[in-house]
Amino acid sequence: MSSVLDLTAAQAAERVRAGELSASELWQTYRDRAAADELNAFLWVADEAPADVPDGPLGGVPLAVKDLFCTQGIPSAAASRILEGYRPPYTATAVERLTAAGAPMLGKTNMDEFAMGSSNENSGFGAVANPWDRGRVPGGSSGGSAAAVAAGLAPWAIGTDTGGSIRQPAALCGIVGLKPTYGSISRYGMIAFASSLDQAGPLTRDVTDAALLLRHMVGRDPHDSTSTGHPEEVQLPSAERLDGVRFGVPPELTGDGLEPGVREVFDATLKQIEELGGTVTEVALPHSGHAISAYYVIAPAEASANLARFDGVRYGRRAGNGDLLSLYEQTREEGFGPEVKRRIMLGTYALSSGYYDAYYGSAQRVRTKIADDFRAAFESVDVIVTPTSPTVAFELGERTADPLAMYLSDVLTVPMSLAGIPAISIPGGLADGLPVGIQLAGPAFSENKILDAAYALERSSGFDGSPARG
Amino acid sequence: MIDREQVLHVARLARLRLSEEEIEHLTGELSSILDHIEKIGQLDLAGVEPTSHVVALENVLRPDEPVPSLPRETALGQAPDTDGVGFRVPSPGA
Repeated sequence: MSSVLDLTAAQAAERVRAGELSASELWQTYRDRAAADELNAFLWVADEAPADVPDGPLGGVPLAVKDLFCTQGIPSAAASRILEGYRPPYTATAVERLTAAGAPMLGKTNMDEFAMGSSNENSGFGAVANPWDRGRVPGGSSGGSAAAVAAGLAPWAIGTDTGGSIRQPAALCGIVGLKPTYGSISRYGMIAFASSLDQAGPLTRDVTDAALLLRHMVGRDPHDSTSTGHPEEVQLPSAERLDGVRFGVPPELTGDGLEPGVREVFDATLKQIEELGGTVTEVALPHSGHAISAYYVIAPAEASANLARFDGVRYGRRAGNGDLLSLYEQTREEGFGPEVKRRIMLGTYALSSGYYDAYYGSAQRVRTKIADDFRAAFESVDVIVTPTSPTVAFELGERTADPLAMYLSDVLTVPMSLAGIPAISIPGGLADGLPVGIQLAGPAFSENKILDAAYALERSSGFDGSPARG
Repeated sequence: MIDREQVLHVARLARLRLSEEEIEHLTGELSSILDHIEKIGQLDLAGVEPTSHVVALENVLRPDEPVPSLPRETALGQAPDTDGVGFRVPSPGA
């Protein structure tokens, strides 16, 4: 008999529902592991299971929740010192839906402050170690969620993705991460970073777990007028073959910038696609080379507006004892970390008088071109496939001195974010003992299709994540 | 390129107080980031509609039904300073 830890979340849920595994044993196993976390993946761990978890399809399997989600009465700081100790008066819709479906919250996970970062080193509460190599980053911004799932400290987790913040850490930690179509899941109760890009999604051990969580996260929400729900129910994936599925490889995203080890795993994946009956052709995304530039105008511009609310008046930290202006300035000086200040400065500059059209206006036009590129590409292919990250997990401290180098970590994930389309990262294999993620993207609301393709590839790659669980 | 004066101006707009060291760092960092971003200036974007929202939605409406809001004490519960009725701040003119 395999240990509880060897079960995927979906398998554990099934056993609990069949009466073969006790939900309290499952809870205790993970609660003990989360409480003994040596990776700094958790910022808060529940003492005991909530008493009132409904008996639902998620079978009482405990869930790790990124600190970006507001959770009633439980610390929710988006890993920022400016919100240290904040206990929100309400819970984010995505979390509420998952609790209602039977997944009790195990803890809150570490992240880059306000989700700004690609390494988790921008957390106000310390960096997170990658369970595959503790001297390396787990990726970011959902680094705590990714590390927790990879290390078996949590059966599954949720995070948020603005420019790659679910997919990139999933790739670097050897797990599955899905960014759904913009609007699929309510953003209500997610502490806002860049509202036109932010989207919640699952980080899980396998593709089936991702589909199961996603199914219970999607839906229109009267509290978020940009939420659309999903036109069809999210299905659990079942495809074993890829016959007739047309895969496109964009040369703009798969050229010189890839590490040799990443390229090897990517090439092996393309071969597997063909062995499973899929076709692989080149497809052009001519404007994707400008995605990082557009993103680093749009996201900081929206952030500079969203983060204006942190002023020391209604919640969170307050500093200064002079007049109101110095209260604002001192609170923000003390409360925000260096990357958050950098993005606020960048965004405020891009929106300031005389620069607005040159920066924000142009970036929004580039965004249109990028979305048009994808629309055109999806006329000839069903799925676009790339590596998720040009490199494997890098060393702690390696990119902190050069913000631009850190921003370029997101070069393969940002185009899909700007287009609002769904993309999943699955482990493709190892390079020098570190996981390499493969990204599959499809047209808006094609989650069922990319989950199926990811499932078939997952089965054929035979990736083994158990070394990270220790 | 962005210079020290511009950094100070933007910091004032953003209500951020910066140390001398931060000003110096940000001047260099923002300049190199903006140099990269400015590559989009090479694109011909004439006649391209800007994207403000990726999913086509129009007029998302709901029935205008009154529902309870947060109780006052809950809304004030996380504030650094209140007088029990509202948020308390120093005088803007002090």
